[in-house]
Amino acid sequence: MGKVNFILDGKEIQAEKGDTILQAARRLGIYIPVLCDHPALPPEGACRICLVEIEGQRALHPSCTYPVSEGMVVETNTERIRAARKFNLELLVSDHPLDCMTCDATGDCLLQDLAYEYDVTEDRFEGTKHHYSVNDPNPFIQVDRNKCILCRRCVRACREVNGVEAISVFYRGFSAYIGFGADSSMDDSPCEFCGSCVEVCPTGALWPKQSLGQGRPWQVEKVRTTCPYCGVGCQLILEVKDNKIVKVDSAWEGPSNHGWTCVKGRFGYDFTSHADRLSHPRVRKYLLDGKKKPTASKRDPEKEANPWQWVEVDWETALGIAADRMRQIRDDHGPGSIGFLTSAKCLNEENYLMNKLARQVIGTNSIDHCARL
Amino acid sequence: MPVLKNLTELKELREKARAQKADRENNKLTIILGMGTCGIAAGANEVAAAVREELDKRNIEAEIVNVGCIGMCHNEPLLDIQEPGGPRVTYTKVKPAMVGKIIEKHLVKGELSKRWIFGQLPGENGQTIEGLKTYDELPFYSKQIRIALRNCGIIDPESIEEYLASGGYGGLEKALFQMSPDEVIEEIKDSGLRGRGGAGFLTGLKWEFCRKAKDYPKYVICNADEGDPGAFMDRSVLEGDPHALLEGMIIAGYAIGAPEGYIYCRAEYPLAIVRLKKAIQQAYDLGFLGENILGSGYSFDLKIKEGAGAFVCGEETALIASIEGKRGEPRPRPPYPAASGLWGKPTNVNNVKSYAIASQIMVRGADWFSKIGTKKSPGTAVFALTGKIKNTGLVEVPMGISLREIIYDLGGGIINNKRFKAVQTGGPLGGCLPEDALDTAVDFDSLTAAGATMGSGGMIVVDQDTCMVEFARYFLTFASAESCGKCVPCRIGGQRLLEVLTRITRGEGSLEDLDEIERISKYMREGSLCALGQLTPGPVMASLRFFREEYEAHVTEKFCPAGVCAGMYAYEIDADPCTGCGLCAKACPTNAITGEKKEPHAIDQLQCIQCGACYEVCNFGAVLVKRKHELPVAEVNK
Repeated sequence: MGKVNFILDGKEIQAEKGDTILQAARRLGIYIPVLCDHPALPPEGACRICLVEIEGQRALHPSCTYPVSEGMVVETNTERIRAARKFNLELLVSDHPLDCMTCDATGDCLLQDLAYEYDVTEDRFEGTKHHYSVNDPNPFIQVDRNKCILCRRCVRACREVNGVEAISVFYRGFSAYIGFGADSSMDDSPCEFCGSCVEVCPTGALWPKQSLGQGRPWQVEKVRTTCPYCGVGCQLILEVKDNKIVKVDSAWEGPSNHGWTCVKGRFGYDFTSHADRLSHPRVRKYLLDGKKKPTASKRDPEKEANPWQWVEVDWETALGIAADRMRQIRDDHGPGSIGFLTSAKCLNEENYLMNKLARQVIGTNSIDHCARL
Repeated sequence: MPVLKNLTELKELREKARAQKADRENNKLTIILGMGTCGIAAGANEVAAAVREELDKRNIEAEIVNVGCIGMCHNEPLLDIQEPGGPRVTYTKVKPAMVGKIIEKHLVKGELSKRWIFGQLPGENGQTIEGLKTYDELPFYSKQIRIALRNCGIIDPESIEEYLASGGYGGLEKALFQMSPDEVIEEIKDSGLRGRGGAGFLTGLKWEFCRKAKDYPKYVICNADEGDPGAFMDRSVLEGDPHALLEGMIIAGYAIGAPEGYIYCRAEYPLAIVRLKKAIQQAYDLGFLGENILGSGYSFDLKIKEGAGAFVCGEETALIASIEGKRGEPRPRPPYPAASGLWGKPTNVNNVKSYAIASQIMVRGADWFSKIGTKKSPGTAVFALTGKIKNTGLVEVPMGISLREIIYDLGGGIINNKRFKAVQTGGPLGGCLPEDALDTAVDFDSLTAAGATMGSGGMIVVDQDTCMVEFARYFLTFASAESCGKCVPCRIGGQRLLEVLTRITRGEGSLEDLDEIERISKYMREGSLCALGQLTPGPVMASLRFFREEYEAHVTEKFCPAGVCAGMYAYEIDADPCTGCGLCAKACPTNAITGEKKEPHAIDQLQCIQCGACYEVCNFGAVLVKRKHELPVAEVNK
C-alpha cells in the first residue's frame, strides 16, 4: 500500500492508501465523533455523526466510509458540520427515552456523551416516539428497542464477525427496528448469546440481564483476566464491584479473541461467587487419618466423628494424599489400573505435563482428552 | 428458429421479417389493439374478445396484433383498423358494445365514423385516407419526437421479427461489427446523452469509468424499478418495446466489457416482466444473447431480478444490494458502482430509457442525437402526464420545450377549464413550479435552476382545487414511508418534517413551523445518505418557496384557500352568479342549502359539514371557499 497526502483541518497529512478519512484521522489521533462506527466492525455510514466537509462536494460525507485521495481537502469541525451533527443528535434524542438517571448505560453511552458534547438537552421536536415493550424472554440479554438508535453495530457484529446473522433490521423508515431471527425473540432465533451485540451497542438498548442495576461504570473496578472456560485463552475485562463480578467487557487487545467471546465467557461467571463453589482443597477424614476406606453403611458426613467427613486442608496435604494413594494403587494393581482424562479447559502446556505424568511417572498409556470425545 | 451465426444470417432474417410485414400491410386486414397496462385496465381484453366475436360473426378474416401503449392513456382502449395497403385508423375509448358498430361501418359499409376516430397513422409508404388527420397533425403528437418510445404502440412487443423489421438490433449490429468498444463509448459520449433516471449524469462517461475499472467480471444493470407515484415511462417501454432495452444493454455490455447483465424490474409490473421474459427468450433463441453473439466473439447473458416493492431500491446501491439478496438499502458512495458495484465488481447502472435511447444513437449516430434538444441536454425527454390535465398519457418531447407547451399544447390544458396552479416534476423527490414558471425550458439544468428537478419523467399537474401544503404533505408521506431507515436524517427527519406539515394542515401550525420546515429540510439535504433522503424535502421546499402565502394562510388565519384541509374553510354561495338551479341543494347531504327555484341559494353554516359536494356540482362557480371568520359569527358559531 502506498501513501496518500491530503489536507485535514488545514494540516498536511499522510495516510495509507485505502484508508477512510476516519481511519487516517484515528491513526494521527485526530478526534472525529462517531456513533455507528466501531473500530472492530466494517463501516456503515448510517448515523451521520462523523460527517465531514470535503472541498468540492456539495453534501457532507461520512468520514467512516469516505476513502482518502491525493490532494483532497477535508474539514472535520466547522460550524456547518457541528450544526449538522447536532441536528442528527436532536433527531436521535427526539425518539429516545430521556431516562438517563436510571439507565444502566449512563456513563457508558455514546449517545449521552455526544449529547453532552453537542449540548442537546431536550427533545425539541416533541413528535411521535416509539414505545416498544421490553420483554424479550431470553435468559441473557435485555432488549430495549426504545433506546435503540439503529446504528446496526449489533447487526454487523452478528453477521460480519460471528456469521450467525441472528440480528437484522425489520421494516422501513421510522418504523424500522432491530429484530431477531424471523422477527421473533432472541431465544427463537439462531442467536448463540455470545453477547457481541451487547458489547458493541453504544447505548443501553442491549444490556446483560444479570448486570442490570449492578453498578455504574465509575463504581466498578476493571480487571483484565483470562477466561477460565477453555484453552483458547480469551482475554476478558471483568467489572468488579464489592469483590463480585457484575459484568464482562471485551478486552479488544486480547491476542487470541480480539475482544469477542462466546456465551460462557460473556455471561457464565455467576459460579465465581456461588455458595457451593469450593475455595479450598478438602479431603475425607479417613484419608487424613491414614485409615482404610470405611464401609458404606457409616456414610454420614454431618457427624463429627464420621470417617467420611470433609476436612479442609492445605494444598500440600491434599496433593500429598492423592499422590500417596495413586502410588499405592499402581504398586498394588499395576499402572494399567489407572487412566487419565485431561481437559480442554487446560492449556497445551498443562496437557503436555499430564501426558508426562501418565506415561512416565505412572507408566500407563491410558490417557485421553475430552476434546477427542 | 435457428441461432444466427453471422451478420449475413441476421440481414437475411431482417429482410424476411420486413417482407412479412409488408405482405401483411399490403394484403391483409389488420386490427391493432393497445395492450399496454393502461389499455388492459381500460378494458382492452374485453374489446379484443368483442373484436374476435364480431369478425367471426361476419366471416371477416383479419390479423389481430397487440401493441404496447402509444401514449394516449386517456383515450384507451384503442383500436386501430388497417385495411390492406391503407393507413392505421385509430378509434378511441372503445367499448365492447361499440366494436360491432365500428366493424360494420368501417369494414362492411366502408364509412368512417368521425365521432369515434382519433386520427390516422400513415402506412409504411405514407399512404393516408383523405379527410382524416394524421397523428402528426394532431396537437398531442405534433410536437413529439419519439426515440425511446419509437416503437411503443407501433409494433407487437412480443414479436422479435417486428422489432427486426423496424430496424431493430441494427445498433447492436453496427457496434459489434463496425466499432470497437472504445468507439461505442466515444459515440455515446459525443451524443451528449445524459442519464434518463433523473440525475442526468453523462451516460458515455459512466460507461467509460466502468470500462476503465480494473476488475472482472463487470456487470450491466438496467434500473427498471420505476416507483414514482404517477410515473409510467419505463413501464411503457418495457411493455411496448422490450427489445429496445435489451439491445441497449447488450451494446453497453459490449462497450464496457461485461459478460452479464441484470434487469431490475419491480414486481408490480407483471405484464412488463412477462414481455421482458419473452423478449429475452427470443433474443437467446436467435443468438442476440448468450455465447458468441452473431458470431462476433462477444458473449452476454441477461437475467431479470424482480424487485419486492421498495421505492428506495431505485437508488443504484440499494438496487445492487437487493440483487445480491441483501436488504435493499443504499450504502455511501464512493466507491461508485463503476468501481465497486454488484458483488463488489465494476457495474454500470442505467435507466430503461437511457438504454433504449442508446440503441437508437448507435443506429442514427451521435450527430443526429445531439442536434435534438438543447446543447447541454440533448435529445428528448419522456413525460408521464397525469393529474388535472385533459390528455393524460405519455409524451416524448425534445428537450428545451417549455412546460406551457407540454401542458397546454400536448396535454390539452386543465380539466373543466379550471385554473392551473402548479406542476410537479421529478416525482415525490422533485418539486413543483407555479404558473409564472410555465415558460421554463424543460431540460436538466433549467428545471433545477427554476426550483424543480427533471427526475425520471413524472409530470403531475394540479389546479386551483389543490392545497399546496396538502400536496407537499402527500409526497412527503410517500417519501418518508419509503425511507429505508438506515440514516438518521432521513429516518427521523422525514418523520419530523411530516409531523410539522400534518400540524399545519390540521390548523395547529405556527409561523415558527415554517422556519422549522426550512431547518429540517436543510439538514436532511446536507446529511442524508442517499438521494432519497436528500431530496425528500424537495416538494415541501418548492411549495413553500412558490406558495408561501398558502402556508401563511394556514398558520396565521387557519385558512386553507383551496378548501381542502378539513375545518379550515367554509363555503358560501355568491348570489350574483347563482342561478338557483338547485343542484347544490340536491347534492348537499345535510340539507344545509336552501333557496327558492331560480333564486340565489344560501348555506346554513350550522348544518354545513364542508364536504364540498355543492362546490363540485356548481356549474357557475357560485360556491366560494371562504375564511370562517369572514362569515357572520352567528353562522359559524361553533
